Amino acid sequence: MKITESTPAVLLLQDGTLFHGKALGKIGTHGGEICFNTGMTGYQEIYTDPSYAGQVIINTTAHIGNYGVMDAEEAESKQVQIAGMVCNEFSSVNSRFTATGSLQDYLENAGIVGISGIDTRALVRHIRTKGVMNCLISSEIFDLPTLQQELAKVPDMEGLELSSQVCTQETYFLGDANADFKVAVLDLGVKKSILSNLTDRGCYLKVFPAKTSFDEIAAWQPDGYFVSNGPGDPAVMPYAVETVSQFLASDKPVFGICLGHQILAQVCGLSTYKMHNGHRGLNHPVKNLETGLSEITSQNHGFAVRMEELSASSQATLTHINLNDQTVEGLRVNGKKAFSVQHHPEASPGPHDSRYLFDQFIDLMK
Amino acid sequence: MPKDLSIRSVLIIGSGPIVIGQACEFDYSGSQAARSLLEEGIEVILINSNPATIMTDPMNADHVYLKPLDRASIIHILERHQIDAVLPTMGGQTALNLAIDCEEAGVWEKYGVKIIGVDIKAIETTEDREKFRLKMLELGVGVCKGRTARSFLEGKEIAQETGFPLVIRPSFTLGGTGGGFVNDPKDFDAALNKGLHASPTHEVLVEQSIMGWKEYELELLRDNLGNVIIICSIENFDPMGIHTGDSITVAPAMTLPDTIYQRMRDMAIMMMNAIGKFAGGCNVQFALNPETDEIIAIEINPRVSRSSALASKATGYPIAKIAAKMAIGYNLDELSNAITGTTSAYFEPALDYVIVKVPRWNFDKFKGADRSLGLQMKSVGETMGIGRNFQEALQKACQSLEIKRNGLGADGKELRDQDAIMHSLANPSWNRLFHVYDAFKMGISFKTIQQLTRIDKWFLNQIEDLVRVEKEIERFTLASIPTDLLEEAKHKGFADRQIAHALRCLESEVYDKRNNLGIKRLYKCVDTCAAEFEAKTPYYYSTFGQSTDSMDNESKSSDRKKVVVLGSGPNRIGQGIEFDYSCVHGVLAAKEAGYETIMINSNPETVSTDFDIADKLYFEPVFWEHVYDIIQHEKPEGVIVQLGGQTALKLAEKLSKYGIKILGTSFEALDLAEDRGAFSSLLKDLDIPYPKFGVCEDADNAVLLGRELGYPLLVRPSYVLGGQSMKIVINEQELEQHVVDILRDIPGNKILLDHFLENAIEAEADAICDGEDVYIIGVMEHIEPAGIHSGDSHSVLPPFDLSENVIKQIEDHTKKIAVALKTKGLLNIQFAVKNEVVYIIEANPRASRTVPFICKAYQEPYVNYATKVMLGDKKVKDFDFKPVKKGYAIKIPVFSFNKFPNVNMELGPEMKSTGEAIYFIDDLKDEFFRKVYGERNLYLSR
Repeated sequence: MKITESTPAVLLLQDGTLFHGKALGKIGTHGGEICFNTGMTGYQEIYTDPSYAGQVIINTTAHIGNYGVMDAEEAESKQVQIAGMVCNEFSSVNSRFTATGSLQDYLENAGIVGISGIDTRALVRHIRTKGVMNCLISSEIFDLPTLQQELAKVPDMEGLELSSQVCTQETYFLGDANADFKVAVLDLGVKKSILSNLTDRGCYLKVFPAKTSFDEIAAWQPDGYFVSNGPGDPAVMPYAVETVSQFLASDKPVFGICLGHQILAQVCGLSTYKMHNGHRGLNHPVKNLETGLSEITSQNHGFAVRMEELSASSQATLTHINLNDQTVEGLRVNGKKAFSVQHHPEASPGPHDSRYLFDQFIDLMK
Repeated sequence: MPKDLSIRSVLIIGSGPIVIGQACEFDYSGSQAARSLLEEGIEVILINSNPATIMTDPMNADHVYLKPLDRASIIHILERHQIDAVLPTMGGQTALNLAIDCEEAGVWEKYGVKIIGVDIKAIETTEDREKFRLKMLELGVGVCKGRTARSFLEGKEIAQETGFPLVIRPSFTLGGTGGGFVNDPKDFDAALNKGLHASPTHEVLVEQSIMGWKEYELELLRDNLGNVIIICSIENFDPMGIHTGDSITVAPAMTLPDTIYQRMRDMAIMMMNAIGKFAGGCNVQFALNPETDEIIAIEINPRVSRSSALASKATGYPIAKIAAKMAIGYNLDELSNAITGTTSAYFEPALDYVIVKVPRWNFDKFKGADRSLGLQMKSVGETMGIGRNFQEALQKACQSLEIKRNGLGADGKELRDQDAIMHSLANPSWNRLFHVYDAFKMGISFKTIQQLTRIDKWFLNQIEDLVRVEKEIERFTLASIPTDLLEEAKHKGFADRQIAHALRCLESEVYDKRNNLGIKRLYKCVDTCAAEFEAKTPYYYSTFGQSTDSMDNESKSSDRKKVVVLGSGPNRIGQGIEFDYSCVHGVLAAKEAGYETIMINSNPETVSTDFDIADKLYFEPVFWEHVYDIIQHEKPEGVIVQLGGQTALKLAEKLSKYGIKILGTSFEALDLAEDRGAFSSLLKDLDIPYPKFGVCEDADNAVLLGRELGYPLLVRPSYVLGGQSMKIVINEQELEQHVVDILRDIPGNKILLDHFLENAIEAEADAICDGEDVYIIGVMEHIEPAGIHSGDSHSVLPPFDLSENVIKQIEDHTKKIAVALKTKGLLNIQFAVKNEVVYIIEANPRASRTVPFICKAYQEPYVNYATKVMLGDKKVKDFDFKPVKKGYAIKIPVFSFNKFPNVNMELGPEMKSTGEAIYFIDDLKDEFFRKVYGERNLYLSR
């Protein structure tokens, strides 16, 4: 069935709340964990970010689709990663001269089920109060019992391991083989722009699947290790914690972003928890406690490192803090050349304020 | 760094009288900055010559100087106060220029005053085109290619460097004479020759043409540490070639991908850092080549600007307040977001709605003015619409314009002349937006419209879709229109009145139908964070639920006793900042009287739309439907209409008809004052003289009436403000012509003809009345003779050469009329004095343009008193009036004729001035007074 302006769709939340809207993307039924992103630009980057695997994204900005898509250039991975999308106004007409296509076609080809015409503000206020939950979008099922049955099949994000599914299944190389530094990337669902930020700074990269053993990675003799972002619950990834603890033991520079930060924290004996509704947007204020300067950051995380444990830790030191809710945004491992941040210095989408962190990593390798 | 403790007292410089290009947005910024500093315990000293400003009220500063904005005044202040720092960034270009002038003269240094909030060197870099260009090249930021040619040969060389299309701008010519665009190299030689000859110095700027590129603005804030945030991205609907102030603008940017937006953000931060290291606000403008994504920097303004005011209202982020805090040392990470109260001020607002700003022009006041839009700003005000989508916001902005339209389209006023439409699309004037709509309606192709306007196709698509909806509605009747179509129309911002037009039925029928179907307004909050955090600030806009399962109304109606104050809409000549001044005081007075106050207004430049003035702010059109829905939702005790000028006043009749209480003077009395026949009978009964007059409804009767009354005649339509279409005619031909003109603009209007008293002196009085007692707050005598609109005259308070007998007549008449009209609140009466007899020209039972002036001159809060009288909270005799009377205060009209080079400064019964200044003199020997008095007949025309 081909989608038209008036094809109906429904959004059912785990707590029974039902929204009616219009279908977009592919006609079908799909569920995931519902969460909202407050960014006003960068939908394509968001949809293709592997960290969003298993999640249904609400874009809070009023209009989505206005500038179409740029097939490869503005994608953060080889495919659309989200489980579904919800928006207020959807535009299948795009104005960008250099666009390669419309967002509607892009999502349809990727098999993504979406819904528009939703009062996303009411929805966000609902989730803000009730916390994150699973949801189901359908443009083919309209009877409540069937919808409820389908929704029940959506797995719970807490306790879910997704990295090994979204990461590369084969190791690959990126950058100039004669570059100054060799960096081993542990791919837990890495974004393309993280890799390009490293290659742009003179790194030759070898990207390893999430479950690669330390020995195999170390055999390449890298100058530093990078632990990537990714989806899922960090608490159920002992394999990654094990690998990263060996990175640390090697005494070589280690840099972790987002999920990588949560893994590094666990190596330091800190635990993570699921947040009420997470941080997802392009406007989160973070203060660097070492420089006293602040940065506007791009964020996407539903889990966080426990502040009280980090404050009391002898193994790690708090380096970055969120100015809105005082949660952990970054840490440094004491006595090691290892650090990590919860936010996304590569941005994409989002402000470039934190890109200095890549330089900091390079400096550690010098 | 926390607060700089060495700064204990700050001088804030205001922007002076309102002129085109510098309007009341600086009252917003000045008053917000002053309050921001006061709450830090800093002594605030303020200078501004504009009496109609909130910033110059005693509540905003410890010491207020209503003096001319010149170096002498600054020195006068510095002689009297120990001032640690001067904040010149809140008063527009006027304040900056004055600060620079004082800097060059060494004034600041002499008195040990530090300049905060800006860096003088930064201003030099940004004001000097060549310095700016070099700085940008140094940063690797793209700028328009080109430079000045002093010879034909040099011009040819530059053209070779820049390529085509290019633009030739002769130096030192007014209004761009002799310049133009050159698309084809073969036309270049002739154009260059023409340009070189047109310039008196034989110099032309030959520059790459970026006409038709997309235009964007970013609003930045930076603290002392160097932390920078972008408050707002603004996209211009009108592409490059039209001044931003004259462009329809949209926030957030609608058609920018993240990659390009972040490039702009990086460049903007780099540019701000490169021009200086001050803490404060900054505005950067960019052009984007839509085909190649190439970005060019247009300009950077290191101060709070018109766009900052818009960005503040658009996002809820109080830019001026935070900029003032940073100027005294605070850093962004130390301040909290005033809207949420819990999160940091260091963040970038996320919008989940769209705002559209549409400028308001007043070309009708400048006969012979070049109405085309270009590089120089010509609009006098603006309106902003907030909606959950672009179309809704656009319709609201159009509904707020006060140009007798009901929004965009569907009002039967479209242009149907294809040639005229095509011309308008390619040569933008004030009505191009409407003509884009008309073009689609007529069936002109999308491609042609895009080629002629160069407006981004996403925007055009939105307008095309509105036309489709209108046409769809036209296929039905009130009975047959499907619910989902009605829902769609409301969702896309169509007013009930527009839908009624398309359905050929009454507005009230559409209202009833949609209300019965459950298609109702609900209110959403402007919260800076897209609902991520709970907002504490009651700043609302309306929208329609998208489906019946989500009727999430965020504005909870309280059970307190409350009052609605209707604002005055966009600034225009005749209705400016004076009315916002009165609205703000009305709100504050009602708060003092224990009311919950609700403000409705659509003008982003105002203080009344600051979220911390009223208890609740509805940023909505002051348009019947929106006002009525808010009243239905809030159920206030009543509505105050007499403070918001004609915009608010003209809703009185309908409010009254719907049984909504008008607080203060009743609709009947308001109407009686406007109804010349009834009002004259009243004057006759009271034995008060008035010029012979008559009422007519067509040209034939006008001619007959004219013979009876005798020439010259003053001709005017009823129910207008600022003397709109008012004219003195001396013969039948002129009379007939003008009557026809009025009836074309305002069909069905009752036209008033007065015998014009030649060489009379004009005077006016403002009073407060509670229905029984009357207190005259001030009597003013105009220096210019009767025949020049009171708003365009120099008014002297108190009168300077009226006899005691005349003043007594004025006072007696005022009191009699106030009581006879059962006035509750303010009243303004205008008089003509001839041969010791005082005639009544007109009476207006509402806040007048002169009330703020008298408040400032006599240092008493008359609007506050009058509001309490309207509310029934106080009687006139409850107040202890103690006006400070010393010498004379002169209200000086200020004009913007210089924006229209081919328009002569001619004054008559129709108001032309855009602003005012106050000037105090000790006695009549004052040189300024002598000069104005000597020239009093100079500009009188008809």
